[in-house]
Parts: sequence; C-alpha cells; structure tokens
Amino acid sequence: MFDFSILFPSLLNGLTTGAVYALIALGLTLIYGVLHIINFAHGAALMVALYAVYLLKERFGIDPYLALPLVVPGMFVLGYALQRLVINRASHGKDENILLVTLGLSIILENAALLAFKSDTRTIDTAYTLTTIAIGPAMIALPKLVAFAGALVVSGLLLWIVGKTDLGRAIRAVAKEKHGAKLMGIDVDHVYAMSFGIGLACLGAAACFLLPAYYVNPQVGSGFVLVAFTVVVLGGMGSFGGALLGGLLIGVVESLGGLYLGESLGQIGIFVIFIAVLLFRPQGLFGAKA
Amino acid sequence: MSIDRQGGAKQLAGIVLFVLLVASIPLATDSGVILNFVMMALYAALLAQAWNILGGFGGQFSFGHALFFGTGAYLQAIAQLHGGLNAWLALLLAVAGSAGVGVLVGALSFRYGLKGSYFALVTLAFAEVFRILALSVPFTGAGVGLMLPLRESFANMQFGSRKGYVYLVLALVTAALLVTWWLKHSRFGAYLQAVRDNEDAARAIGVSPFGVKLGAIALSGGFMGAGGAFYVQVFQYIDPGIAYGPGTSIEALVAAIVGGMGTVWGPVLGALVLHGLSDLTRNLFGQLPGINMVIYGVVLVLIVMFLPRGIAGLGATAQSLWYRLWQRRGGRCG
Repeated sequence: MFDFSILFPSLLNGLTTGAVYALIALGLTLIYGVLHIINFAHGAALMVALYAVYLLKERFGIDPYLALPLVVPGMFVLGYALQRLVINRASHGKDENILLVTLGLSIILENAALLAFKSDTRTIDTAYTLTTIAIGPAMIALPKLVAFAGALVVSGLLLWIVGKTDLGRAIRAVAKEKHGAKLMGIDVDHVYAMSFGIGLACLGAAACFLLPAYYVNPQVGSGFVLVAFTVVVLGGMGSFGGALLGGLLIGVVESLGGLYLGESLGQIGIFVIFIAVLLFRPQGLFGAKA
Repeated sequence: MSIDRQGGAKQLAGIVLFVLLVASIPLATDSGVILNFVMMALYAALLAQAWNILGGFGGQFSFGHALFFGTGAYLQAIAQLHGGLNAWLALLLAVAGSAGVGVLVGALSFRYGLKGSYFALVTLAFAEVFRILALSVPFTGAGVGLMLPLRESFANMQFGSRKGYVYLVLALVTAALLVTWWLKHSRFGAYLQAVRDNEDAARAIGVSPFGVKLGAIALSGGFMGAGGAFYVQVFQYIDPGIAYGPGTSIEALVAAIVGGMGTVWGPVLGALVLHGLSDLTRNLFGQLPGINMVIYGVVLVLIVMFLPRGIAGLGATAQSLWYRLWQRRGGRCG
C-alpha cells in the first residue's frame, strides 16, 4: 500500500497540481489581504480565463503558452474594471455586500458561459498534450511539469511586485492602514482595483498553464473556488508564503486522498481540512496574524 | 427593540388575508399554468423565508442552505422507501432531521465564533461534503438518485391535481410567515436581531449569542428541510446534485435579499418577483439553459448596488414618505 513506486508518482502529481492551486490562491489571498474581501467570483473568473485560452486556440490557433501575453493583461483589465465599476460601488462599505456582489458576478459569469457554450466539457489538443517525461519511477505529463514551473515563476514574480516595486509598497500600505495611505497621497481606489486586477491576472496565467492538461466547462470554476479558499485559509488569509505552501500541500492531500480513498471521497479530505482549519485554526497553519 | 403589539395585530391580519386570498385561487381556477405558477412561487417563498430566518433576522449569511434542503429531501424519500413510513410522518422526520443538522453545523461554527464571510464559506463547504457523501453512500442511491413510486392519495401526500400541492405548500409558507411574524414581535426575535446588529452589545446586556443563533439556524434549517420534503413529494425524485448542489442555496438567498432581509413579506415578494421574471424570460427566449440564473445574478447585483434593503425596503421608504406627507397635510388642517 505504501509502495514507493505508487506513492512517488502520486506525490509528484499532487505537487504539480498544487502549484497551480497555489497560483490561483495567490490571487485570492492578494485580494483578501488588500481589500479584506472574499472574492467569491474567483472560480468564475478562472473559468472565463480558461474559455479565453480555449477560444484563442480553437479560433486563432494560438498555443496556450503563447496566449499568456494576451490572456494575462486581458484578465487584469477585467479585474480592474470589475472592482472599479461594480464591486466598489456596490459595497456601501459593508463586507456582506461585497460577498453578495461577487456571488452575483459568479452566478452571472457561470450561467452566461452555460448560455454561450452549453454544458459540454471541452479540451484542446496540442502537440505536447500526451508527451510524458520520466522522473525516477514516475511518468509525468509534460504540460503538468510546465504548469508546475510556470506557476512557481509567476508566484515569484508576484512576490517581487508586492515586495520590491512602488506599486507593491502602495499595496502593502493600503493593506495595513488605508486611511494612513490615503493621507500619504495614495489613490486607494486605484490600488484596490490594481490588486483585484493582479489577482485576476494570476488566474489568466493559471488558465494558460492548466488548459493543455485540463478541461473547461461552465462549472469548472466552482471546483477550484473551494480548493482555493481552502488553500488561502490553510496558509493564513493574506499570507503569500502560506498560500504557496498551502497550495502544494492541498495538491498532495488531494492526490494521496484520491489514491487511498477513491476519486470522489478523496475530495472530501479537502473540505474536511477546510472546515477544520476554519473552526480550530482560523489564522491558518502558517499565518502569524491572529 | 420594542415589541409593537398594535402593529403586530395588523401584520397578523395581513397574513390571514394573504392565506385566504391564495387559498381561494384553486377554487377559482382549474388552469394548470396558474396553479403551477402559484405552487412554484410559494415553494420559492418557503425557501427564501427559511433563509431569511437565519440570514435576515440573524445576520448569518449562509451560502450552503442546500445542506438543509437536501437533508430534508433525502429523509423524506428514504423514510418512505426504506423505512416504510407514512409520508406525513416522514415530513415531520425531515423537518426535525434538517433542523438537527442545523444545530450540528451551528454548534460547530458558532462555538468557534465564525461569522461573516467565514460562516458563508463553511456552510458552502458542509453542503459540498454532504453532496459528495450522497454520491458515495448506497442508501441515497448514489448518482442515480432516489425515485418515489407514484401512489396518489392524501395519506401518501401525493395529489391528483396541483391543487393539493398548492394547499400543502401554502400551509408550510403560512407556518414560516407566522414564525417570522413571531420573530418580529417576540423576545427571542428581539434577541436575535440584537445579536445581528451588535453581538458584543447584545452579550453585554445578557443575551447569549450562541444560544440565540443556534435557535435561528434550527428554525431556518427545519423550514428549508420542509422545502426539500415538498420537492420530493412533487417531483418524486431526488439526486445529489439537486439536493446539495448550489442552485437551491442561491435561489433561497437571492429571493430573500431581493425581497428584503429581516422582514416578514420580503422573501414572499422576492420569490414572486423572481419567479415572475423567470417565467417571463422563458416565454420570451424559450427554454435556454442558464438564462434564469443570469437574471437572478443580475438582479442580485443591482439590488445590492441600488436597493440594499430590497423591494420591501422600497415599500417602507414609500410608506414613510406617504406617512410624512399625510402628517404634514393633517398638521396644516389642524
């Protein structure tokens, strides 16, 4: 049962999936950390990005990896506009309202996709979809390896933006003390929208890395949204390092859970972790903030 | 929060009037279209009112009310199929069972002080856990679902015409209306609204937020479970996606918010408006998958943006305007 030749591929598989989870969760945790809101439309936005990648490939023959410079800015603009035009206006300064508006947005996006694309599950075909690479006793699909590396690179980039640039300093200032930041001449609404945009841009990157080895349908986002919330909660709300580690951990848990409990029961493991962390350790495993 | 006795009597009269009015519809018409609309609108009102008890009066936003709906539905089906129970006894069991699940989830979440977004997420996760469990265990029929055999009789709670179902769901809605009326005019209701508005202040004057919220989630879960049981009796089928999928949770929440949270009539209004809207779009665009939900989403966003108190809030604003106008005129005459 604990045979290394079974365990190792499963572990590796979990790590590659986990890296993508981490990337999705990083966007979510950035939005949470700065705006202190839970973006319920995160999964639906990922679904939009996946359809964008799908359409670019099917209509214009653009390779998913080459679609990165199109999809990432596109998602950024979408996020910026949504925050500035809809979410910010609807909040009336209340967190519950933001929760409801993002829920409304996710309902709209998911069902608009259902209207446009029907509920069919779609995949794309690339030259490298079925290419596998041997690592030790494990055979792993090339797109998954690329996704792993890509997710880590984009995560690094995000950490650099937040940690080292002027925009990042403004973001951290607003996250800590928005009134103080405003007095220092920072345009808070702009920083909010930038954070939301960057959060969704992460999803654009995640979609480009995911699709070659994954699929898209209108409901695909809801599967990810709870996983992403789990990762964020596990890592500690607003913590980047936590989201990264949490993502990898959840990927491994899901993969091992699927191995030992079967596909559908394995998923329960994630939700049980989610509920348990929310109840017993809401600051997260790695979160310092109480 | 004062307990307004006179307004209470007036509101109670309103409920009686509403019940008499709706109860006369099946006497006046045999039209299947009308009866079906009334039945489905009342059913939506029941779900919305259930959500309203916890979300509107208690301020605890659940995103996973399907948890109680599905539990009620499965209990209703399983008690009859495997337990050989009478349908009416099964309904009692379904209500008690889903209220029990409410107490369980509430005890866990409120014990650890979950509120706001966290509570919303945890209810969603619980619903998802139950959905996967229902897909995996044998006594729910797994992915195939459960089918209730057709045996039309009053004893089996299966009616030959829609009229019987209209009366059944009207009875459930009436009970829910009476409970929300009671919340408006009782000590428990005042405690609950106090906890919603300021938990610390409520605790400081001796209210136990934990106990009050627990009571609210039990009531809310019970009514949601009754909705699930009703669904099973009407459609005679249930599967994990219908039972625990997000659709029902969203329907209940949107109708309550659109109509007006924390009011007696808001959820009924919201359910009526949304149901009318979705029927209208079906007539305009035909049976397109998803179009209903797009409209629900758009209405939800618009209401939160422009009418945070819902349609009932609009009525209250108009009423107070009218009242002020009337008073001013009265003042001038005197």
